[in-house]
Amino acid sequence: MTKIRIRFTKHGAVRYIGHLDVMRYFQKTIRRAGINVSYSGGYSPHQIMTFAAPLGVGLESDGEYMDLGIEDEKPDLAMIKDSLNASSVPGIRILSVKKLPEDAGNAMASVYASSYEISFYDDKKDQCPDKDLMKELISRSQTLDTMIYHKETKKTSRDIDLKQFIYELYIKEDENDKPYICMTINSSSSDSIKPGFVMEYLCGLEDIKLPDNSLQITRLDMFTLGENGELISMDDIGSDE
Amino acid sequence: MNSDGLFLSNDILMSIEKPERYIGHEVNSCIKASEDIRVRFIMCFPDVYEIGMSHLGIQILYDMFNSFPDVWCERVYSPWVDLDKIMREKNIPLFSLESQRPVKEADFLGITIQYEMCYTNILQILDLSGIALKATDRTWDDPIVIGGGPCTYNPEPIAEFFDIFYIGEGETRYRELLDLYEKCRDEGTSREEFLFLASQIPGLYVPSLYQAEYNDDLTIKNFSPVREGVPAKVKKEVVKDLDNTYYPQKPVVPFIRCVQDRVVLEIMRGCIRGCRFCQAGELYRPVRERSVDKLLETVYKMLDSTGYEEVSLSSLSSSDYTHLPELLDKLIVECEKRKVNITLPSLRIDAFSLEVMNKVEDIKKTSVTFAPEAGSQRLRNVINKGLTEEDILSGSAQAIKGGWTKFKFYFMLGHPFENDDDILGIGDLANKVAKEFFELVPKEERKNGPISITVSTSFFVPKPFTAFQWAPQCTEEEFIRKAYLCRSGIASQLNQKRIHYNWHDADTSVIEALLARGDRRVSEVIRKVYEKGGIYDAWSDYYFHERWMNSLEECGLDIGFYAFRERNEEEIFPWDFIDIGVSKKFLYNEYKKAKEGILTENCRVKCNGCGAGTFGAGICPGAYKG
Ligand code: SF4
Repeated sequence: MTKIRIRFTKHGAVRYIGHLDVMRYFQKTIRRAGINVSYSGGYSPHQIMTFAAPLGVGLESDGEYMDLGIEDEKPDLAMIKDSLNASSVPGIRILSVKKLPEDAGNAMASVYASSYEISFYDDKKDQCPDKDLMKELISRSQTLDTMIYHKETKKTSRDIDLKQFIYELYIKEDENDKPYICMTINSSSSDSIKPGFVMEYLCGLEDIKLPDNSLQITRLDMFTLGENGELISMDDIGSDE
Repeated sequence: MNSDGLFLSNDILMSIEKPERYIGHEVNSCIKASEDIRVRFIMCFPDVYEIGMSHLGIQILYDMFNSFPDVWCERVYSPWVDLDKIMREKNIPLFSLESQRPVKEADFLGITIQYEMCYTNILQILDLSGIALKATDRTWDDPIVIGGGPCTYNPEPIAEFFDIFYIGEGETRYRELLDLYEKCRDEGTSREEFLFLASQIPGLYVPSLYQAEYNDDLTIKNFSPVREGVPAKVKKEVVKDLDNTYYPQKPVVPFIRCVQDRVVLEIMRGCIRGCRFCQAGELYRPVRERSVDKLLETVYKMLDSTGYEEVSLSSLSSSDYTHLPELLDKLIVECEKRKVNITLPSLRIDAFSLEVMNKVEDIKKTSVTFAPEAGSQRLRNVINKGLTEEDILSGSAQAIKGGWTKFKFYFMLGHPFENDDDILGIGDLANKVAKEFFELVPKEERKNGPISITVSTSFFVPKPFTAFQWAPQCTEEEFIRKAYLCRSGIASQLNQKRIHYNWHDADTSVIEALLARGDRRVSEVIRKVYEKGGIYDAWSDYYFHERWMNSLEECGLDIGFYAFRERNEEEIFPWDFIDIGVSKKFLYNEYKKAKEGILTENCRVKCNGCGAGTFGAGICPGAYKG
């Protein structure tokens, strides 16, 4: 069995598809594309497939990853990419297919961080901070020693210091002056935080409560942790042949 | 539409359950360039997406319509209760999945009607679309609302909500109707005149062109066309040759898990059996089979185009398909190569089917299913269920020896001419199967655990076009008494610990009977229930019996008249103007034979001249054999 890593996007309407259904979608797409995928044994064999950190419903992405076991010793990676794209729906595009070294950790276990780009939905932006205030909040947060976020769910509540899990945080504008908040944050299995936590925390500094469904979030990429503590794109682990 | 080409805003999509139900964009869904389109046809299954998407009939018609270059066929399903509420609050119209445009803009809204309890959902669909509920209130601004499916064989309770009903199999006449529509629109014909012209096409019933008169005792006195030239009878449409017709090669593959998460292969239509309670067995006569070659060709194309990992053979009684061994031999070999599972519902349990099941299923996980429908041999003869106790016990014994331990039994309570002994027979039969297990499998060999038998009973609902269309239904109280009797019958058995019993709701069965055999006066009841907030009546969580009983009372109608009354031979039924081939005379004779417990042979053993031979198709003597 050869292991390959597939980077794909999730844009537009398909962002409302939940993670389990994305997995089911790929099981079928791989069959439609005629990929010689490896199967587990047993009565109902399943494809050898793992996904990196699941994306929440409603989020878009340019950097989703799936590792796949295939039967070919010397796979034609370009052809796999093309046939997957030909069998896919708009919004889910295969950006790259890489062959993984034997010793590579699987997509699920090796994710350490994710980078995101966030803006406010047009129908909500009046109730959200404007560009200047956002800039100011980010600068202010950078002077603080801790960023304590109070996370409350139906059953539990706890305080998390976001600071240690944020590796990058800044604001940028596109050609129409629309601001995007960019961040790289932890998404490992043990310490992951969500981009929404950071946004809520920042707005909380000015006592602003973000309305529901106001954040338009795009994941840009996912990273694994290098030997010297550097972040390496999941896409840079494999080889092109 | 928002920037993603979706009709609903992000805010709404994020605040409802399973937004995937409403976004379209599924693999194989059909998008067409609008310049070439002359007719937009929206197919609707009036239930939630996961149910509606599983329906083969829509897939066949979707494929057929979209194979016409001038037609774009799209889909719509009932919004779930959460979105329904939001749409009403915010005045959001219902939209189709492909174009994400309002349903009202389409030329046709085709609704498939598979069960009576979805009638309130039909009103939900019309209402949310902004289409007048009453057909006679509609203008050319509204789509033509056309109904199809098994419930249209008595369309009368929902007649006023539809412009047209298509009686029979959809593959045959739609092209004619679409041509007529295009011509009428080009020529500026009135909607009324278009409907009249449509009534001239065989199989099409335009309810506004007919009128019912009633006797003092509330039965029908006369049912006839109101305009000259409208046919007095509507004959169902039948596909003669199932090998040369539409079959979806590229069915739409949903993102969410649906009831049918697999390729469905219809191997034949109709049933040779003629069980006297079964409506499908009469409606779809005569039996017509698809050829093995054509089926295999189709199934591989469908697996390639969908990527499904499972295929299911579908028919009313797959064991009666004459080429089943040949089909399965070939299918099993190929599916093993492709790592595709095969599921085989509706197989009669015998040596052959057990051998096949052993090959394709995990014995530990699957169960063996019997549908004797009645607990005693006497009553099985009454209902013409050609399954004997010997068949059942030898089938279960073979299954037990083969290692199966889970058994399911389906029965109906309240059949005509049923007595208490028949009901007690259910427990006896289940106990005999359990006894077989303990005798056949010594203790040390029970590695899969002891036997577990599940007995389920539903309540009998008399349906149009069956031998029991004259029969009275039991009252709710009588149903409940029978269910308790069945339970105590099971509880008195030696092996009762191995037998689990569950039964269906009695209230819904009675309302189902009202809707199944109702006339035009019942439509007001349905409208009132809807106005009281009734939708998703097929879902027990959303079914409120009071709503139905109160609405009946407000309309001055009596449930007893529709459900609990035995009809006499001469009575004119609301559905008598429909000709399904099978004659009323044949059915009445079956009713008489039922009373005496006399069996009727199946179509393969002997033709009983039911009348369906008029179609000259399938199994009937003298039919064209392809
Ligand atoms: S005409 Fe004869 S063979 Fe044909 S469906 Fe009727 S009983 Fe069966």
